[in-house]
Amino acid sequence: MIPELGNFALVLALSLSLLLSVLPMVGVYRRNELLMSLSRPLCAGIWVFMLLSFACLAWAFLHDDFSVAYVSRNSNTLLPAIYKFTGVWGGHEGSLLLWVLMVASWTYAVSLFSRGLPLDILARVLAVMGIISVSFLLFMLLTSNPFDRLLLNTPAEGSDLNPLLQDFGLIVHPPFLYMGYVGFSVAYAFAITALLTGKLDAAWARWTRPWTNLAWAFLTIGIALGSWWAYYELGWGGWWFWDPTENVAFMPWLVGTALIHSLAVTEKRGVFKSWTVLLAIAAFSLSLLGTFIIRSGLITSVHAFAVDPERGLVLLTILLIVIGVSLFLYALRAPVVKGTSSYTATSREVFLLINNILLVVSTAGILLGTLYPLLHEAINGEANMVSVGPPYFNTIFLPLMGILSVFLGVGSISRWKRTSVSYLKEMLVNVAIASVVLGVMVPLVVTREVNLPIFLAVSLAFWIVFGIVRDVLDKSANKASRLAGMKSLSLSYWGMQVAHLGFAVIILGICLTSHYSVERDVRLAPGESISIRNYEFIFEGATPQNGPNYQSQAGVVTVLKNGRDYLTLHPEKRTYYATGSVQTEADIDVGFFRDLFAALGDERGGGAWVVRIHLKPFVFWIWLGAFLMAGGGVGAILDKRYRARVNAHQAAASPAATNLAGQVS
Amino acid sequence: MLAHRKQKLAIVMFIIFGTAVAVGLVLVALEEGINVFYTPTEVSAGDVPAGQNFRVGGMVKTGSLKTEGLDGAEVNFITTDFCNDVVVSYSGPLPDLFREGQGVVADGFIDEAGIFRANQILAKHDENYMSAEVKASLDAAEGQDAEVCRQ
Repeated sequence: MIPELGNFALVLALSLSLLLSVLPMVGVYRRNELLMSLSRPLCAGIWVFMLLSFACLAWAFLHDDFSVAYVSRNSNTLLPAIYKFTGVWGGHEGSLLLWVLMVASWTYAVSLFSRGLPLDILARVLAVMGIISVSFLLFMLLTSNPFDRLLLNTPAEGSDLNPLLQDFGLIVHPPFLYMGYVGFSVAYAFAITALLTGKLDAAWARWTRPWTNLAWAFLTIGIALGSWWAYYELGWGGWWFWDPTENVAFMPWLVGTALIHSLAVTEKRGVFKSWTVLLAIAAFSLSLLGTFIIRSGLITSVHAFAVDPERGLVLLTILLIVIGVSLFLYALRAPVVKGTSSYTATSREVFLLINNILLVVSTAGILLGTLYPLLHEAINGEANMVSVGPPYFNTIFLPLMGILSVFLGVGSISRWKRTSVSYLKEMLVNVAIASVVLGVMVPLVVTREVNLPIFLAVSLAFWIVFGIVRDVLDKSANKASRLAGMKSLSLSYWGMQVAHLGFAVIILGICLTSHYSVERDVRLAPGESISIRNYEFIFEGATPQNGPNYQSQAGVVTVLKNGRDYLTLHPEKRTYYATGSVQTEADIDVGFFRDLFAALGDERGGGAWVVRIHLKPFVFWIWLGAFLMAGGGVGAILDKRYRARVNAHQAAASPAATNLAGQVS
Repeated sequence: MLAHRKQKLAIVMFIIFGTAVAVGLVLVALEEGINVFYTPTEVSAGDVPAGQNFRVGGMVKTGSLKTEGLDGAEVNFITTDFCNDVVVSYSGPLPDLFREGQGVVADGFIDEAGIFRANQILAKHDENYMSAEVKASLDAAEGQDAEVCRQ
C-alpha cells in the first residue's frame, strides 16, 4: 500500500508541476494576478507531495519491502538501518527521486524567500522551475519509477547495497552535490526570466546572487565530500582522479564560480549582463550534461549505475531542449539586456572578465578531455578506443589556475570602474616581493630543497594571502580603531576574502601533498615493518572478525614515531555476505599537517599481505580550503543588503542603480 | 570614442591570445595525455609502437594469477581476449573487484623483456558492469576466426 501511495504522490506532484509551469505564465500574459499568485501554493503542494513520496520509499526500505524492485536491488535485511535509509538514494531511481525532491525544495524556498520580488517576475521564475520539475518527474515515472513492484516473484531477500556506498560519505555526499547541481536551476530560471522580460538590472542581480552563491556553496561541499570519500573509501589514497564523474561535477562548479563573479559585476556596475545570463544557462546545462553522462553509462566511470539506452535518450532530449530553447531565447533577447557602463583597462571589471575567461577556458578544456573518447569513438569506431588521462587535465588546468591566482591577487584589490596603476603598485609590490621570497625560503627551510612547482604554488598561495591581508588593513585603516574598521567591512566583503583564502589553502594542500607524499606498496609478513621518514609502520597481522553484514580481515598496523609508540591503525578487508563483494576499508589518522594512511591489499600467503602505506602531508588542507570557500560563499549571502526587501522600483531609485536603470529598458 | 575602441581591441586581443594559449595547451596535453586501448591480439601482433604508454584489457585468464617467488608486492597474471594472451606484471595491491575470469584493464607499457608493466590496474566498481573497452576487445576477438581461438 505504502509504495502505491508514494507513486500516487509522484503523480500528484507531476500534475501540480504541470499547473505550475502553465498557469502563472498564462497569468503573466493575461495580467491576471490570481493566476500568477497561484504559483506559491502550487510550489508548496509539489514540495509536500515529493516529500511524501520520498518518505514512502524510505518506509519501503526500512521495512524491507522487497516487492518494490528498487528496494530489492539496493537493500538487504542485514543492512544496518542507517544504510537502509541512505540506500534510498543509492541507485539510479532513488537518486533521481532525491534530485526531484531537491528541485521541489529549491522551488519552494524561492517562493518563500522572495517576498520582495514583483509578482510577475516571481511567477515566471517559478514557472520555469515548474517546467524543470515536469521534465524530470516524467522521466522518472516513464523510465525509472522507484516504486515499480515485483509482485509475482517477490524475492525473500534483497541483493544488498553496493558496499562502496555503505559508508558515511554516501549519507552526505549525494545530497550536497545534488543541492548544488539543482540549485543552479534557480539561477537558470532567473536568467530565463530576465530574457523573457528583457529586464536585467541591479535588482535582478541582487535577487539572483544569494541563490547562486548558495547553490555554488553546496556544490563546493558536495565535490569536496566526494573527493574525501574517494580518498578513504575507494581505498587507495587518491583524492582526485580526473574521472569523468568528477569532471562533470567540476565543470558546473567552474562555470558557477565564473557566474558568481560575473553576477557581482552585473550587480555593482550593470555590465556583463548578457554574459551573466549565458553563464547561468551554461551552469545548469552542464549540471544536466553531468546527469546525462553519468546516468546513461555513456562514459566508463565509477558512477555508471545503469547502462540503459532508453533512459539516456530521454535525458539527452531534456538536455537538448533546455540548451536549445535557452540559446534560442538568448539569441532573440540578449541584445535587449546589454549594459553600457564604461570601465578602463585596469578596473576590477576587467580583472573579473579575465577571471571569467580563464574559468570558462579551463571548463572547455575539461569538457573536451571528458568527451574526447566519445568523439574519437564516433569517428574511428570501436577499434582502438582511447582514454584521456590525468596528464592531459593537469597540463591544461594547472597553468590556467596559476594565471588565475595571479589575477586574483590584483583583481580583489582593484577598484570598480578604474584603478590607478600607481595605487596597484603601492598595494602590491611588497606583497609580490614577500610572496616570492617566502616561496623560496619556506620550502628551503623545511625540506632543504626547492623546485619550480613548489616555488610557484607556495608563492601564489602567499600572494593571495598577503593580498587579502593588505587589502583588509588598507580598508580598515581610516576608522578609530583597527577593530572598528574591520567591523565596518561588509559581510559580503568578508565572504569574498574567506573564499579566496580557501582557494590559497587548496593550492597549498594540493601542491604540498602531491610533492611530499610518500606512497609505499609492500608485502609485509606479521611482525615486519617499513619506515617512512620518522615514522615506522609495523604490520601485526590480520585476523578474521564479524561485522553486521560482512566478515572482515582486520589488520593491525602499529605506528612508531621517532622510535616511540605513537598510534595504531586498523585497516580492514571486508567481504559482504549478500553479494560476496570485497571492500577495502582504509584506516587514516587525520592530522592538520599530515595524514597517515594504511590499507590492506591482498593476502599473499603465509599471513603476509600487500599493505599500502601513505604519509600524506597537508592533504587535510584540500578539504579545509573547500570548506572555507563554501563558508565564504554562504557568509556573503548573509550580507544585510540581501535581507532588505528591495523591489525593482526601490532599487532603481537607489543611487547605485540610477545610472543603470535608464539604459536597461 | 577612440579610447573606447582601443579598449575593445585590447579585450578582443586578450581573448584571441587566451584562446591561442588554450589551444596550444590542449594540443600539447592531448599529445601526452591520451592512452590508446589495444586488445591482446593487437599487442601480440606488434601493433603497439615501442615505449608507448597504452591500455590493454580483456579477461583475466583463470589460474594465471601468480604471486609466489616474486619480489615484494609484485604480481603476474595473463589477460586474454580468448585469442591471444598478454602477460601483465604489476606491483601493488590489486583492486577489490579483480577476479580471475573477469574483465580487467591495465595501463602501462611493454618493457625490453616483452612483458607488460602496468602502472595501474582497473577493475570496474560494479560487478555486473563490463567496461566498454573490455567488451570491445572481446567482441573484436570474436569477430576474428573465433573457431581457431576457442579450440
